[in-house]
Amino acid sequence: MRDDVNLNPSHQGTGSLEVHRTSDFDAEQEESNLAGKVGQAVMIVSGAALVAFAARRRSWSTLGAALAGAPLLYRGATGHWPTPQAVTQRVGASAPKPVEASVTIGKPAEELYTFWRNLENLPQFMKNLESVVNLGNGRSHWVAKSPLGFKVEWDAEIVEEREGHFLSWRSLPGAQVHNAGTVLFEPALGGRGTVVRVTLEFKPAGLGSAIGKILRPTTEQEVREDLRRFKNLMEAGEIPTTDGQPAGQRHLLSLRSPF
Amino acid sequence: MRAVCWNGKNDIRVETVPDPEILNPRDAIVRVTSAAICGSDLHLYDGYIPTMQKGDILGHEFMGEVVEVGPAVKNLSVGDRVVVPFNIACGQCFFCQRELWSLCDNSNPNTWIAEKMMGHSPAGLYGYSHMTGGYAGGQAEYVRVPFADVNPLKVPDGMPDEQVLFLGDIFPTGYMAAENCDIRQGDTVAVWGCGPVAQFAIQSAWMLGAERVIAIDSVPERLLLAQTWGRAEVIDSDQVDSVLDTLNEMTGGMGPDCCIDAVGMEAHGHSVDALYDKAKQTLRMETDRPHALREAIMACRKGGTVSIPGVYGGFIDKVPMGAAFNKGLTLKMGQTHVHRYMRPLLERIQNGDVDPTRVITHRLPLDEAPQAYRTFRDKEDNCIKVVLRPDGNGHHLHRHHDGNGGVQGAV
Repeated sequence: MRDDVNLNPSHQGTGSLEVHRTSDFDAEQEESNLAGKVGQAVMIVSGAALVAFAARRRSWSTLGAALAGAPLLYRGATGHWPTPQAVTQRVGASAPKPVEASVTIGKPAEELYTFWRNLENLPQFMKNLESVVNLGNGRSHWVAKSPLGFKVEWDAEIVEEREGHFLSWRSLPGAQVHNAGTVLFEPALGGRGTVVRVTLEFKPAGLGSAIGKILRPTTEQEVREDLRRFKNLMEAGEIPTTDGQPAGQRHLLSLRSPF
Repeated sequence: MRAVCWNGKNDIRVETVPDPEILNPRDAIVRVTSAAICGSDLHLYDGYIPTMQKGDILGHEFMGEVVEVGPAVKNLSVGDRVVVPFNIACGQCFFCQRELWSLCDNSNPNTWIAEKMMGHSPAGLYGYSHMTGGYAGGQAEYVRVPFADVNPLKVPDGMPDEQVLFLGDIFPTGYMAAENCDIRQGDTVAVWGCGPVAQFAIQSAWMLGAERVIAIDSVPERLLLAQTWGRAEVIDSDQVDSVLDTLNEMTGGMGPDCCIDAVGMEAHGHSVDALYDKAKQTLRMETDRPHALREAIMACRKGGTVSIPGVYGGFIDKVPMGAAFNKGLTLKMGQTHVHRYMRPLLERIQNGDVDPTRVITHRLPLDEAPQAYRTFRDKEDNCIKVVLRPDGNGHHLHRHHDGNGGVQGAV
């Protein structure tokens, strides 16, 4: 068992988690009969339906549906009810690995670094960020969007910076979502600009954000899309879009790009 | 405004939709005066291009008048007449800087779909599925043109639409196909297909110094046009036992030096491999029918070049890779880097070297698009190329035969 998010030292003792997971495994064995599987499927479907309904309406009146649906979904997906203890231990045990992605941008490292170092620019290409406000002294306040319409906010600090080359940051203690990131700017071969390499780590704290993690993990694809938008913005000066263009009659369930 | 919308396989409708708006600083809005239906639009019509959605506005061959420009567009003014390349390029990325415009890194908002299917994403295209951006196309009264500061070509005063319309796609596409052949003195160029792109490939092969051009098709009026306008020798594939044997005989056993597949993924044919492809494609076990490509590879002279302007979208079976390898062939292909060719080919038109209007057989109002797609796809009414006129000035114009029996559109 590897705890990949090393932001919080208290989660680094993995011994007790090993024991807990062994007993989880036994419990899962017991449930692996057909009825159990069907039951789990029903829970996933009904839980997801309730949450999706709530997500679509995004009103206080449907908050109940979300609150009812999420544990169902969790139980369906994992075979456990999300008791606070189970949640914290599970989240710790299965914390997502740091997400890594890279892109080559045809601009000098200094120019890209300068744009990124002004953290208030990040929401221009990081789709899940609503705003970043510079608080001075290397500190900043971040507001992110969650799929249920709730805002997630935290304060962060710059951990290390090497001008024109490297930047790392992390959330300050007390954040709803512990997170950290690094970005490295290195010259591309053959004078092709700069290779930008990003790592992001997220670890939700507590029950509410555990649900957030299940519903909305930060994926490598999301980071790649953010980096693509960064490249678009730096090279072409704008991010290509078709949002707001005309179309004929769409299907009711017309698919939209998740990115 | 009125716009031609894809509603599913064999279902094209002209619908009333909102007018386009400037969405990005480098956008322009163009009032479309002429829009053509491309052979590659038929792949959409026939339902073979994935990631189309009901309601998508079609059309990637269009031109018109600028009616609005975004704040970052400094080189265009309201009132300018422009012809617009079918692929959208930013002008600043690695690929645009190397004139590989159709591979632009910054114009497709849906790169993730293309990356899943192809490893990397090509440029955004108008009206050609969401894999290439899902941009609303130009078979409409108005169209939004992204990166308008680098994409459109201003049309010189006095040149009618039909003289320049095809600079946005099929003339450059035919030209690049011939250029990819690296034609040398004494070379014979064989062209599979006699559709509009093939006709321009034939014209371009002569321009680039071909000694001999042979065209292969089974549609009489298209073969006739290749003969009369294109001065090509023709093979009617329905009238010969074997295209391969015929080509070998015509070239003294050598095979053509350059073979152009201007047919692409929906090749027709009655051979065993063509029936096999049709069955597999119908069952969705194969996305494309590469009959012309197989024949081109088999026919090509050792050490020769197979150039592929015909569109392929997915996967193909039974490609004679062993033949391509052991004969040391060069295969060249890709979406056209239209921007590279627009100006030089405009000069060719101005010089009178080429009269692009020769391929036009039908001029129709936009509202007749559904019928036009059907006529074009089924090659009815001797249809070779359709131009739609959103201003309603098109009229059903039957082809005019010239003295040689060639098909000529009236200008």
